[in-house]
Amino acid sequence: MMDFLLGGLTPSAFVHDPLMAGAGYAMVGALVLAAVGLTYFKRWKWLWKWMTSLDPKKIGVMYIVVAVIMLLRGLADVLLIRTQQATSVGNSQGILSSDHFQQIFSAHGTIMIFFVAMGIIFGVLNLIVPQQIGARDVAFPFMNSVSFWLFAVGMLLINAPLVVGEFAATGWLAYPPLSELQYSPGVGVDYWIWSLQIAGIGSLMSGINFFVTIIKKRAPGMTLMKMPVFIWSVLCSMSLVMFAFPILTGTLGMLSLDRLMGMHFFTSGGGGNPMMYINLIWAWGHPEVYILVLPAFGIFSEIVPVFSGKKLFGYTSMVVALIAITILSFTVWLHHFFTMGAGADVNTFFGIMTMVIAIPTGVKVFNWIFTMYRGRIRFTTPMLWFMGFVTTFTIGGMTGVLMSVPAADFQFHNSLFLVAHFHNMIIGGVVFGAFAAFTYWFPKFTGFTLNERLGRYAFWLWLVGFLLAFIPLYILGFMGATRRLDHYDASLGWQGLFIVAGIGALLICAGVAMQLLQVTVSIIKRKENMVGTDPWNGRTLEWATATPPPEYNFATILVVSTRDAFWEMKKNKVVSEPTYESISIPKNSGLGVIIGLFALLVGFGLIWHIFWLALVGLVGVIIVLIIRLTSDDNDEVISAHEVRMIETAGGGA
Amino acid sequence: MATSTHKHRTLLKKVILSLIALIALSGIFVVLMNGHNLAVLAPAGLIASKEKTLIIITTLLGLFVVIPVFILLFSIAWKYREGNSKATYTPDVGSNRLLEGLWWGIPATIIVILGIITWQSTHELDPYKAISSTTKALNVQVVSLQWKWLFIYPDLGVASLNYLPIPEKTPIHFDITSDAPMNSFWIPNLGGQVYAMSGMSTQLQLMADGVGTYRGSSANISGEGFAGMTFNVESMTNTNFNNWVKTAKQSADTLGDVTYTALALPSKDMPPKNYGSVASGLYNNIIMKYMMPDDGSGISM
Repeated sequence: MMDFLLGGLTPSAFVHDPLMAGAGYAMVGALVLAAVGLTYFKRWKWLWKWMTSLDPKKIGVMYIVVAVIMLLRGLADVLLIRTQQATSVGNSQGILSSDHFQQIFSAHGTIMIFFVAMGIIFGVLNLIVPQQIGARDVAFPFMNSVSFWLFAVGMLLINAPLVVGEFAATGWLAYPPLSELQYSPGVGVDYWIWSLQIAGIGSLMSGINFFVTIIKKRAPGMTLMKMPVFIWSVLCSMSLVMFAFPILTGTLGMLSLDRLMGMHFFTSGGGGNPMMYINLIWAWGHPEVYILVLPAFGIFSEIVPVFSGKKLFGYTSMVVALIAITILSFTVWLHHFFTMGAGADVNTFFGIMTMVIAIPTGVKVFNWIFTMYRGRIRFTTPMLWFMGFVTTFTIGGMTGVLMSVPAADFQFHNSLFLVAHFHNMIIGGVVFGAFAAFTYWFPKFTGFTLNERLGRYAFWLWLVGFLLAFIPLYILGFMGATRRLDHYDASLGWQGLFIVAGIGALLICAGVAMQLLQVTVSIIKRKENMVGTDPWNGRTLEWATATPPPEYNFATILVVSTRDAFWEMKKNKVVSEPTYESISIPKNSGLGVIIGLFALLVGFGLIWHIFWLALVGLVGVIIVLIIRLTSDDNDEVISAHEVRMIETAGGGA
Repeated sequence: MATSTHKHRTLLKKVILSLIALIALSGIFVVLMNGHNLAVLAPAGLIASKEKTLIIITTLLGLFVVIPVFILLFSIAWKYREGNSKATYTPDVGSNRLLEGLWWGIPATIIVILGIITWQSTHELDPYKAISSTTKALNVQVVSLQWKWLFIYPDLGVASLNYLPIPEKTPIHFDITSDAPMNSFWIPNLGGQVYAMSGMSTQLQLMADGVGTYRGSSANISGEGFAGMTFNVESMTNTNFNNWVKTAKQSADTLGDVTYTALALPSKDMPPKNYGSVASGLYNNIIMKYMMPDDGSGISM
């Protein structure tokens, strides 16, 4: 009976390791504290209004809040990893057991990719895409809320092992047969599977949502070739989401069937084939890299022209390059395992396809640089992030090309050289891009800019920290140091470099602390940094809305006739006499949150083999969906009069 | 004007300071690397040295693009900074066919060159391709276990654990499998790695130039004890190698089906060991084990 009720969940499943439990209960404590605070300040209603909002701007903010919290979690993991690797040498065993160490780096990778990078990207998309195409909303506002709550549930499940159970110790991609029952009988891999499965379905729905939004909801006159390049980058990235995420869903599904029902998709024996998993996971995994980095390319394509006071150089080239990268990204997955023993012909094909991606990427870099040529460049922090991005990304690109030559890759594969390379791309590309975007678009939503001086300090801490953290890893790679080692021989002479890398990680943490300080100081002293609706002399439509933008973004739908539409409007001094109309916007809906909760039951039930709970969750999701889909009363109308009141009070567009 | 020169000077100071920092940093790295084995760049074998040459050529080709990018980035950023009112300002220039053609063309040309190098090197350094040599190749069967490496010398009838003696200047033909989660067999000084997977046999060919001891490692996470799954490769003269074989043959430890099954159980940081004899066909049996129909073992509902 207890088995039926509680599955594998027993009192001993609760975490006893002081370090993990400490972190876990600290997180629970923080939640309790937040709840107390909300009650004390009577803000529950306020919170519920945020949680149930279908306004993409609010959903975007929630994505970013989750991503920032997860960034702190991921950084805490880094400090543990680096401390272990700097101290666990020779006779010393460091601070962590092998198993705990392996759980930590697996969590680090998973969290940073799925819950930090993806969270930031979808946050920025929600905030910017509708406004930049002159739309009032996304195509499917309710689905957008469901996407976010599935993402949030995935986040909860990936953090739950801090309190109950254990985390996967199989690396961030959980290769079988290691991740099969035979070698990982615990719940760790199940947590990993269901966290990603649920968040992944959310990502897929977001991909469809933004793709359709861009195709269907652009302002009249904004033809494809008049879209801002950021929108192009999102369109490409979301196409990748639509093609790649179903592969992830299917792959995780098969792995979970192996684990739940004793099937043999990827087991060593019984006719299973682990190589199939590795192919499939990278058929998703490589496009995933571009899902993250293409929007970052788009962000820089907005920032560089604005701060150079000049048109983007080579718009058509930029678009062609984006499309080329999008298509090519599906033809290179095998370069993640040249060492599997495929023949020379196969390896050559995938090697060359990989190099070919360097061409359109290189074109983009040259176009950005020539956007600055004969411009008037203002070196505000977004431009500093851009300079840092080009510097680190180019180095990362070169080491990437190096590894795309199969015979050279045999010497770099799974070494710290590889680890340095992909951090070069993800931090230098995605993370720096996100920080540039944050600084650039912050005043759009708040009416004041971020403190420049603290922003500059944060940038330098990040850049120097990044170099100190990852140059040693390149060198260690040459020394033959493989990734994921919790211990090594003193005679190898690696310790000094690991210590330097640890110092680099500390500097990065200081950079993050500086950014938190920057936001705090900027909010406290916001009176000093107040700006109008167009603080940077912007070029695209998001700067045409009021600050902060009203829920419907645009009181009057703008008509576009050129690229850089807002720039042209300013140049031609177009002042349209506003004619206010009533606007229909989606009502708040708590059903997204409820679907999230039921999905949490599904995930938790399957992880702990509490099958009745999973069934309750599944039925719950279906019922809520039926309720929503059969409801006609989902919108509310803001009357023309109210719109006029809002617009004239706010002094908006 | 005065403020502009002042600004100029502080910037110059910053540049000089950063350069000093950069030099100091490189110094630190050189000191840290000093005297230690940069294995990938210190080849002790034919394959590793060819791979090193390949790495250097590819890096140089990459620098051919990277260096101009850096020069353009910083010089353009400097020249067209807002404070420099003397610089030309053309806000509406958005394209230039010639220039764009140039930077589609130059990287494309480099990639064509690199593509040719890739085709040629991938085939030449195919891990399955036998090394041409006047000396007959030595066969070694490699099994990755939880968490140790077993080396079987099928033609000599001996085996060793976490220790790989080889004769110098002799091509070594490795057949590699796993009786545990996937791993990767890597001896950086001798050449690149290949995966070890259960139910399958992969191949790798390496050859040591001379006498020496090199670190071998497992490059793919295979569970709790994988960090300790290292071994020494000892390349020795033919005489010494033959002596080792003789000593090994006298070892009381033998590797039969029963002893192998015990050995295959998980264990960490095992000391090196020799086996005087090996059951014939052991390597094939280890592979075929995974080809059998499922008996339901290891699966629980």
